[in-house]
Amino acid sequence: MSGFLKSSIGRKIAMALSALFLMIFLLQHFAINITSVFSESLFNELSHFMGTNPVVQFALQPILIFGVIFHFVMGFVLEIKNKGARNVKYVKNHGAANSSWMSRNMIWSGLVILAFIVLHFIDFWFPEINHKYIEFLPEDPNRYYHEVVEKFHSPIRVGAYVVAFVLLAMHLLHGFSSAFQSVGANNKYTRGLKGFGKAYAILIPLGFIFIALFHHINGH
Amino acid sequence: MNLTLKIWRQKNASDKGKMVDYKINDVSPDMSFLEMLDVLNTELIEKGDDPVAFDHDCREGICGMCSLYINGEAHGPDRGITTCQLHMRKFKDGDTIYIEPFRAKAFPVIKDLVVDRSSFDRVQHAGGFISVNTSGNTQDANAIPINKHDADASFDAATCIGCGACVASCKNSSAMLFVSAKVSQFALLPQGQVEATDRVLNMVKQMDEEGFGNCTNTGACEVECPKGISLENIARMNREFLNASLKG
Ligand code: HEM
Ligand code: SF4
Ligand code: FES
Repeated sequence: MSGFLKSSIGRKIAMALSALFLMIFLLQHFAINITSVFSESLFNELSHFMGTNPVVQFALQPILIFGVIFHFVMGFVLEIKNKGARNVKYVKNHGAANSSWMSRNMIWSGLVILAFIVLHFIDFWFPEINHKYIEFLPEDPNRYYHEVVEKFHSPIRVGAYVVAFVLLAMHLLHGFSSAFQSVGANNKYTRGLKGFGKAYAILIPLGFIFIALFHHINGH
Repeated sequence: MNLTLKIWRQKNASDKGKMVDYKINDVSPDMSFLEMLDVLNTELIEKGDDPVAFDHDCREGICGMCSLYINGEAHGPDRGITTCQLHMRKFKDGDTIYIEPFRAKAFPVIKDLVVDRSSFDRVQHAGGFISVNTSGNTQDANAIPINKHDADASFDAATCIGCGACVASCKNSSAMLFVSAKVSQFALLPQGQVEATDRVLNMVKQMDEEGFGNCTNTGACEVECPKGISLENIARMNREFLNASLKG
């Protein structure tokens, strides 16, 4: 196993595993957020559970943060290395003839997602950590819903969410099936999986956009 | 047809090189692309200029020698062909055609459009073979039953001619389509099992040392490959590599 993460394929597989993990997390995150649209109490209950359960807080959360950091750091490392593998550029290159725009621009869609994650941390995660572990503010299991609705007042923030999730959809339109190919799964199920991947890549980000718009409009 | 050619000219490996414009008239649509370059070179020689250096050998799509990045694509705009199989009827009168060498750090330019692809040979030497005792009592390969599906898939992988179009087309200059074809042709057969672990580890190690980039599954290689080598081979190589790494 030594040197696995130094080899091209080892990195490719690790990249894909981190991405698969992030896609499962995204689904879970969506499943909780969507409840805010139809049930204030269920959303509060779930958020309170996630926010106070020690397994979630001290095992899953660090793994998630590690997964995100690993994914984008490895993304940058690979991008730089891959750029260096062609020291003289083509004068004329017709990339669109053989590959999708999404597949060629993972680093750009990724950078927008990264910017969003920073905003997201400032919006939700830092106040959460501050609330719970720094200022030890009194706990109110019903505060979550109002915090969310309040955040979506600002049209600028809602706009940023929409843009970020459109870019996430593009990232996943290539990324979903790509991750399976990277871990070596290319077989009779691949065709169906690609279809499922496209649906996931469009519907989940669209769902997040819907939630943001819903609270923006209803909150007024 | 009358055409304008923009061709990469570079005296030698250390020269900086640049694009140079040439006019060529009365090109027959039935000419192959290389024949068109032959005509240009004859004109250049008659004028006392240095002819354009380009690679070629069989001129029938089997040796993999001809290269060229034509109008932004390896082997030009057509599919499933090498440059020697590209015909001028794919272009129109008055077209401007960009002709560049295959670009990758692992494929340094020797002169003009000729690049050094011996990095591929070194990857092959690292493991693209099986060891068979040929002392006179060699077993007939057909004596070992092999299921049709595996035999066909192995043969498909073995049709790779090592041209390097996959590397040239890849935005990462990745050689994974080539290497995976060379890994797969043996991985699918019983004869390839004995050295399977070392083969994939050593070939991938050599591939990395040569300075090829990392695959990000854009699929450009598969589209531009003259032999239609499939991305399934890359998935197979990744599985082989994972298995081999876990073993040791
Ligand atoms: C934090 C910012 C992010 C950056 C900078 C980033 C960057 C990248 C890059 C450069 C790649 C291409 C590398 C390759 O294919 O080998 C990639 C692949 C991928 N990313 Fe991201 N990404 C980010 C966030 C995300 C998120 C949040 C998800 C999912 C929810 C995600 C899912 C994927 C998937 C599925 C792949 C394909 C993996 C593969 O081909 O094996 N990424 N990312
Ligand atoms: S995989 Fe295809 S493009 Fe790559 S070297 Fe082999 S024949 Fe050429
Ligand atoms: S010259 Fe042999 S394949 Fe083109």
